[in-house]
Amino acid sequence: MTRSILRTLFLAVVGISWTALPARADLRVDITEGFRAPMPIAITDFAGDNPQEVQMGKDVTGVIAADLERSGLFKPIDQRAFIQNAASLRVMPNFPDWRVINANALVTGTAQMQGDGQLRVEFRLWDVFAGQQLVGLAYSTAPMHWRRLAHKISDAIYKRLTGEDGYFDTRVVYISEQGPSTRRTKRLAIMDQDGANHRFLTDGRHLTLTPRFSPTLQEITYFAIVGDRPRVYLLSIDTGKQEVLGDFPGMTFAPRFSPDGQKIIMSMAQDGNSEIYTMDLRTRKVTRLTNDLAIDTSPSYSPDGNQVVFNSDRGGSQQLYIMNADGSGVRRLSNGPGRYATPVWSPRGDYIAFTKMHQGQFYIGIMRPDGSDERMLTSAFLVEGPTWAPNGRVLMYYRQTPQDKQGRGGVARLYSIDITGHNEREVVTPMDGSDPAWSPLIP
Amino acid sequence: MRFKTVLIACAAVVMLTACESSPETKATVAGSGQSTAAPPAPAPAPPPPMPAGPRPGSQEDLAKQYGDRVFFDYDKSDVRTDAAGTLDGWAAWLAKYPNVTLTIEGNCDERGTREYNLALGERRANAVKNYLLARGVNPNRLTTISYGKDKPWVQGSTEEAYAKNRNGFARVN
Repeated sequence: MTRSILRTLFLAVVGISWTALPARADLRVDITEGFRAPMPIAITDFAGDNPQEVQMGKDVTGVIAADLERSGLFKPIDQRAFIQNAASLRVMPNFPDWRVINANALVTGTAQMQGDGQLRVEFRLWDVFAGQQLVGLAYSTAPMHWRRLAHKISDAIYKRLTGEDGYFDTRVVYISEQGPSTRRTKRLAIMDQDGANHRFLTDGRHLTLTPRFSPTLQEITYFAIVGDRPRVYLLSIDTGKQEVLGDFPGMTFAPRFSPDGQKIIMSMAQDGNSEIYTMDLRTRKVTRLTNDLAIDTSPSYSPDGNQVVFNSDRGGSQQLYIMNADGSGVRRLSNGPGRYATPVWSPRGDYIAFTKMHQGQFYIGIMRPDGSDERMLTSAFLVEGPTWAPNGRVLMYYRQTPQDKQGRGGVARLYSIDITGHNEREVVTPMDGSDPAWSPLIP
Repeated sequence: MRFKTVLIACAAVVMLTACESSPETKATVAGSGQSTAAPPAPAPAPPPPMPAGPRPGSQEDLAKQYGDRVFFDYDKSDVRTDAAGTLDGWAAWLAKYPNVTLTIEGNCDERGTREYNLALGERRANAVKNYLLARGVNPNRLTTISYGKDKPWVQGSTEEAYAKNRNGFARVN
């Protein structure tokens, strides 16, 4: 379905300029620092000329406001505080009206249904204090894709005000869970980053775990047990076709795509021993990377594809190691107390996120690829499986509560958190959720 | 788009039905001719004693005789000394029922990460398998599978529940 969206979505991105003033000292949110107060931003309903357009404008701005608010970096101002009326706003913002309600930034726009059935949305982002346009863009698409269009605008605003790429026009694949722990259904589900457009990809008859996107979003690789065969699978989102990856004599698990999408890296267990392998998806050539009696699993490539971080108990306890992509040059990465697991290299390359277990608590943390600057972002009875937003600034993971003997509790939910450790939020799913995987930005 | 599964569901659930044939019990009336009064119908012969308990060679039989799970320490896959009796029993039981095969399932408690626990469960299942091989069981009669922490035996987030969920389970095929 993703590909059909990609095919049908025509985004004419047209820069629209209002004033030609030179940029002044920038209006900017610094997201590399710790917590700071979110930037007040006024997001006005995009104007329309008929009830349909007015409604579309309201819907689009609602999604944008929700995106920006959830990021924790922006505080959309209550529309009831707005002074300037919509009609005059269509001509030109009256900046003093926005300064007086403390808006730092202002978003205006229009929604139009065009003769060819396309929805055209123009928006402008204004620096209220400078009285100046920061961004002006127009997009058109089939009306059914209005949410993606809204997310693209959110991404444009986020990028202009933070200097970082956004992550709103993205999707999440995860495991939807239901039922008591001893008989729990675990199946693949996909949704937009904000929880919209949720649907199931498998029917729940088979245990399904650890899904991951391909870099192009066309495919998902995951682990499933079908008829006593625990294997890595490949699912084409476009066709719905699923296949077992390769013909391995033992259990294959913990799959991830290489950054170029050409290979899957995973573990294969034989006679109780788990090693890391790659499989070239085109030639089907299999290469073994580790050779050790220890458990070697949870491999993740660096974004340049030259290195692999993984999880091993070769030193006696579960720790993180890095090796070259050909398996050479293994060195230990983690050195703190406790056990380390599920390392994932940031798409920016600057951090590795992981799960840590220490004295009965679980943590989600990050460290530099040289092992320095280790920081715990959140902790609970059980938190596991971080996944990076494509801009490398936000992580998603799952948290599970403890359970009593009657099975009460044991609730699993998805959460997101900034790498500063701030803005921890639940990502709402229809049922319980685990093993989230965040997609790259949709092309 | 409705997702179409093309997975081959090869989990054929074979219901092994017990086929005990009860011998016919017929009351034969031997007429003597001397008595005018029909003798009282003899009470039907009592059925022959059925073996009490589960069918020999079944999952229930194994569970009743030896237990069908052995347990492991936290983050360990060594066969514990207190498991030896059970495992020796499994080996003897397999010798007695030469047509039975076992799938050894390796399971973990929830205090680890999913992927690592899949590997750990695999180790546990193989530790059990290797023990049985050393007791002379034919390798063709044993297969292993790991469920990691995703098929707990009992509910609960207590040490007691964790101890039960760290196990190797002998599934009779």
